[in-house]
Amino acid sequence: MARITMREAISQALWEEMEKDPKAFILGEEVGVWGGTYAVTKGFYDHFGPERVRDTPISEAAIIGAAIGAALTGLRPVAELMTINFAFSAMDHIVNETAKLHYMFGGQFVLPMVIRAVGGGGRQLGATHSQTPDSVFAHFPGLKVVSPGTPEDAKGLLKASIRSNDPILFIEHATLYQTRGEVPEGDFTIPIGKSKIQRPGQDVTLVTYSKMLEISNKAADELAKEGIDVEIIDLRSLRPLDMEPVLESFKKTNRAVIVEEGWRSYGVGAEVASRLYEEAFDYVDAPIKRVAQKEVPLPYNRTLEQLALPQVEDVVRAVKEVL
Amino acid sequence: MEKQEYLDYYYQMVLIRRLEEKAAELYQQGKIGGFLHLYIGQEAVSTGLISARRQQDRVITAYRDHGVAINCGIPAKLVMAELLGKATGMSKGKGGSMHMADINRNFFGGHAVVGAHLPIAAGLALGDQYQKTDGVTICMFGDGATNIGFFHEALNLSKVWKLPVLWVCENNQYGMGTTVERASAVVEMRQKAEGYNIPNCRVDGMNFMEVHRAAEDILAQIRSGNGPYFLEALTYRFRGHSMGDPERYRKAEEVHQWQESDPIGIFRSSILKEEIAKEEELNRLDDQALEEIQEAVEFAESSPEPSPEELFKDIYVEE
Repeated sequence: MARITMREAISQALWEEMEKDPKAFILGEEVGVWGGTYAVTKGFYDHFGPERVRDTPISEAAIIGAAIGAALTGLRPVAELMTINFAFSAMDHIVNETAKLHYMFGGQFVLPMVIRAVGGGGRQLGATHSQTPDSVFAHFPGLKVVSPGTPEDAKGLLKASIRSNDPILFIEHATLYQTRGEVPEGDFTIPIGKSKIQRPGQDVTLVTYSKMLEISNKAADELAKEGIDVEIIDLRSLRPLDMEPVLESFKKTNRAVIVEEGWRSYGVGAEVASRLYEEAFDYVDAPIKRVAQKEVPLPYNRTLEQLALPQVEDVVRAVKEVL
Repeated sequence: MEKQEYLDYYYQMVLIRRLEEKAAELYQQGKIGGFLHLYIGQEAVSTGLISARRQQDRVITAYRDHGVAINCGIPAKLVMAELLGKATGMSKGKGGSMHMADINRNFFGGHAVVGAHLPIAAGLALGDQYQKTDGVTICMFGDGATNIGFFHEALNLSKVWKLPVLWVCENNQYGMGTTVERASAVVEMRQKAEGYNIPNCRVDGMNFMEVHRAAEDILAQIRSGNGPYFLEALTYRFRGHSMGDPERYRKAEEVHQWQESDPIGIFRSSILKEEIAKEEELNRLDDQALEEIQEAVEFAESSPEPSPEELFKDIYVEE
């Protein structure tokens, strides 16, 4: 095991898959000469060349559209959207084309493509550059949505995504790139659509993913000092959503808190809570709680921004409320 | 062109016309649902273009796609079955009129959102460039598509990357019911290609031979590595935008005037005038097309509906 950052894990996954498969290539804004705006593809341009590390104009629809077309010819494009907020400029291609072509043409078309997008708030980028619209994309059948919270998952899931024959939206969190974690040596993949117990516990089930895994872990540490034993389930994929470990945990603890960075309304928490009520109603000992972003466009001011984002103390409070 | 080719392309144009007329009839009877956009009047554009393609060339178009499907070699009965939503249709009854494709014939659809398939066409061309094949992507779209951002992103990218793509604007002079003059800053669509430094020309889209010859030359140029080209074909649809269009935006005289330039009539006259074939031969083809469409309807009507299990199939490759 090596202890590396999330950035290194993602970068390694891309590098290894490109070394392995000449059909895999990267396209996006500033992925080449610049080395990636988050430095994920630093050194790629010199090693793989301009044909395989393709700088694009600032044209999100063209980036995703070109990835779709290239995928239809049998290539494995990894399209990078500088931030997920720019995915809205390519919404038609993600929703109306990427998610639909396989089904709509009776299974003829296969789209082995990955869209990498960086999301999340907390960097004072203001309302248009700080969103967590993950559940919006998870709404559409035909697309798979993956969002890892640890370097190991990031590497294994990205490698699996590049090898997959389904189109995958791979959402990275901008403030997780420096996060370190143990990552196995050598080639490995992690199956898409499998939730994971990241921290076993007995008293309450905490369901989360991506950046909020970090917040949830800190909250669990706090709660442990008071003798409260939290079990954390990391969804890792929002579609397909693997509820098995969540249900199993809930049937044991009978109490759940869902922690997400996006807005509460129509969000991941709403979906998970509904499924728990539908599929495990007899096990409910307390109303299921949701911790989420306040329902405002994220402000620039640091204090206001942090007020809007879910914090460790919000999670601690929610857990105590369900106990 | 050999005599047989003239006859084949004439037959394709007549077949498209009969297919569309029959589709309109079945739509009125409630056997075809959704939207139905007929290609009547524009047959020479698609037939002229696709007759000039090589097998490795990819074709992608918008929602007015039945004729393009026929030109790509898809049997009329499979088109008809898709229109009727049957399991035997090209898209297993899941796509309908606007979403027909056949990957084995290099026909990539059938895309219903105006302009959205242009960036995809750029990607198809990128696939050929990346894999160093000599395929060219032929991307057809209407005049209306030139006003949406996708068009501009795709044209720009194609030039920057020197992609092997032939952009074909079928200027039928109306985006639904809005004339080109009311919707576009320039009336010749090819002028928009100038902004991206893409070589371009305009042809008479009612004339099969003119479209075919232009396409042959242009495809050869693109194949030799010259990058994208923009071809504007001036044409006219004889029917409404889709079924149920009250056509308040144009006068009957205008339609009649254009009908005098019927692309099938023009091609037929030139075949006869140049003594390539006799009238009886063409009449026989006319009859044959009617028969094929009748058989297509019988095939489609007797085909099974998709099974309920089909509902959940093909959402993903890997479940």
